Amino acid sequence: MGVENFTNWLRDAASTLHENAAYLTELDSAIGDADHGSNMDRGFAAVVAVLDEVSFESVDELMKKAGMTLVSKVGGASGPLYGTFFLRFGTALAGAEITPATVGEALKAGVGGILARGKAELGDKTMYDAWAPALDAYDDAVAGGADLGGALAAAAEAAAKGRDATTPLVARKGRASYLGERSAGHQDPGATSTTLLLESAARTLA
Amino acid sequence: MGGMKKLINEPADVVSEALRGMGAAHPDRLKVDLENRIVYRKDAPRAGKVGLISGGGSGHEPMHGGFVGLGMLDAACAGEVFTSPVPDQMMAATKAVDTGAGVLHIVKNYTGDVMNFEMAAELAAADAGTEVLSVVTDDDVAVQDSLYTAGRRGVGVTVLLEKIVGAAAEEGRPLQEVADLAKRVNDNGRSMGMALTSCTVPAAGKPTFELAENEMELGIGIHGEPGRQRLPLAPAKEIAAMLVDPVLGDLPYQQGDSVIAFVNGMGGTPLLELYLMYNEVQQLLDRAGITVARSLVGNYITSLEMAGCSVTLLKVDDELVRLWDAPVNTPGLRWNA
Repeated sequence: MGVENFTNWLRDAASTLHENAAYLTELDSAIGDADHGSNMDRGFAAVVAVLDEVSFESVDELMKKAGMTLVSKVGGASGPLYGTFFLRFGTALAGAEITPATVGEALKAGVGGILARGKAELGDKTMYDAWAPALDAYDDAVAGGADLGGALAAAAEAAAKGRDATTPLVARKGRASYLGERSAGHQDPGATSTTLLLESAARTLA
Repeated sequence: MGGMKKLINEPADVVSEALRGMGAAHPDRLKVDLENRIVYRKDAPRAGKVGLISGGGSGHEPMHGGFVGLGMLDAACAGEVFTSPVPDQMMAATKAVDTGAGVLHIVKNYTGDVMNFEMAAELAAADAGTEVLSVVTDDDVAVQDSLYTAGRRGVGVTVLLEKIVGAAAEEGRPLQEVADLAKRVNDNGRSMGMALTSCTVPAAGKPTFELAENEMELGIGIHGEPGRQRLPLAPAKEIAAMLVDPVLGDLPYQQGDSVIAFVNGMGGTPLLELYLMYNEVQQLLDRAGITVARSLVGNYITSLEMAGCSVTLLKVDDELVRLWDAPVNTPGLRWNA
C-alpha cells in the first residue's frame, strides 16, 4: 500500500465526481447555488493534471499536493474544506507506514481540519454529517480486525447513511441555511460528495 | 423551461472571456491579469495608499471588477460564476497592491468567500508580512436568525461601502482608520431583495429554481438561491413595502435620519421598473420621516439575468455623504472625475 494506491484513489475520485457532477449540481440547485458539481469536477480534474505531470515519492507529499491544488482550483466553501482535509490527511501520514490505524488517524486529522475551517456541528446538514459516522464506523471496523479496504467500506456505508439522514434536516451552515425550514426535504450536496470520495477510497485502497 | 439562451461560447470560458473583454473595453482605467483573474486599477500600486481588494463569484457585474479604479477598489478577484475566488488570487492581488500601507479585504459574508479570504490573509501575513485587515459585509435582513445560519449575507451595502471606503483610502487615511470606517458603513446599512425570475448558471444550463408566472420570491440573495418565502406576485407598491419595512425596522432607522437610498436591479429588470420602484421607496421613506441624502438606482450588484430588485438603506452623516460625493472613476460608477 503506497503512492500508487493513493494515486488510484485520486484518479478514481476524479472520474466519479466527473460522472456525478450534474447530480451534485442538481442537489445544490435545490438548496444552494448550483455549483458544487462543476466545482468539484474542476478541482479534481486539476489534481489529475498534477498527477499526470509530477511523480510523488511519498503518500503524504501526494495528498498535500492534492489538497493545495483543491484549495487553488475549487473556490467556494468546498475548496477550503476538501483542500484542508487532504492537507491535514497528508501531513498526518508523513513518515508513517500505511496501516488501517495510521489512515484512521489521518482521516481524523483531515476531518478535524474541516471542522476548524467550517465550524460545523453534527446535524447542521453539511458534509460533516457524512464524515462523523464514517469515522466512527471506520474505528469500529479496525477494532474488529478489518483491513484497510474493509474499514473504508464500513466508513463509506456509514457515510451513505449519514448522507441520507441529511434530507429531513434544516441547514444551519453554508448557503442552504438561508432557506431556513425550506432546506428540509433535500439531501445535502457536501455530504453526497463526501460519500462519493469514501466509496472511491473503499474501491481503490482495498 | 427550455434550454439556456446566453451570449456565450463555452460555459467554461465565460469568466475568462468576459474579463478579457473588460480589459479591452477599459484600457484607460484597468489592467487585467487573465491568468490569476484579477482586475487591477491601471495605476496600481499607489504609493502610500491603503490597498482595497474585494472579490467574489462572477455573475454580479458590475461588482466587483467594475468598481476598480480611482476612488474605489485597487483590485478585484473574480471567481467562477457564483463561486468564491481562491486564496492564490487574493494573495497575488494583496501583494501586488501593497506598498507598505497595508491592505483591506472587503468580503461579503458567504461561507466560501470568508474561508478563502481568511486563508489568503493568513498566507499573505506569513509569506510577505503584508498587514491585512478584513471587513465582512452582512446587511441582508432576510436572514433573520444568525444563530442558526451562516449569518446575514453581504449584499447591496457592499457597493456603497466600496465607494465610501475607497474615497477614504484615496485621501491617504491609515489602514486601521479605513477598516473602522468600513465597519461603520456596514453597521449602518441594511438590505432586502426579491426576485421575479430565477437565473441560469452557465455551467448548470438550467434555472436554479422555478417560479410560476404568478409567483415571486422574497428575501433572495445574489446567487440565484431561492429566498425565504414564495408569495403571489403583487403590485410594485406592495413589494416596495415588503422590502422597505423590514429594512427600516431592523437597524432601526428613525424619523429624522438621513440615508443613501439604493434601489438595485438584479440584472434582468429594466431601469423603467427600477425607477418606478424608487418612486415607491422614496414615498415610504418620506412617510417614515427619513431624509434621502443621496440615491443610487440601477444594476450594480446583480444575479446574472434574474429579474427583481433589492433595496438598501445606509444611514449617513455629513462625513459619509462627503466621501460618497468624492471623485470616482470606475467602469461601474463615475462622477466628479
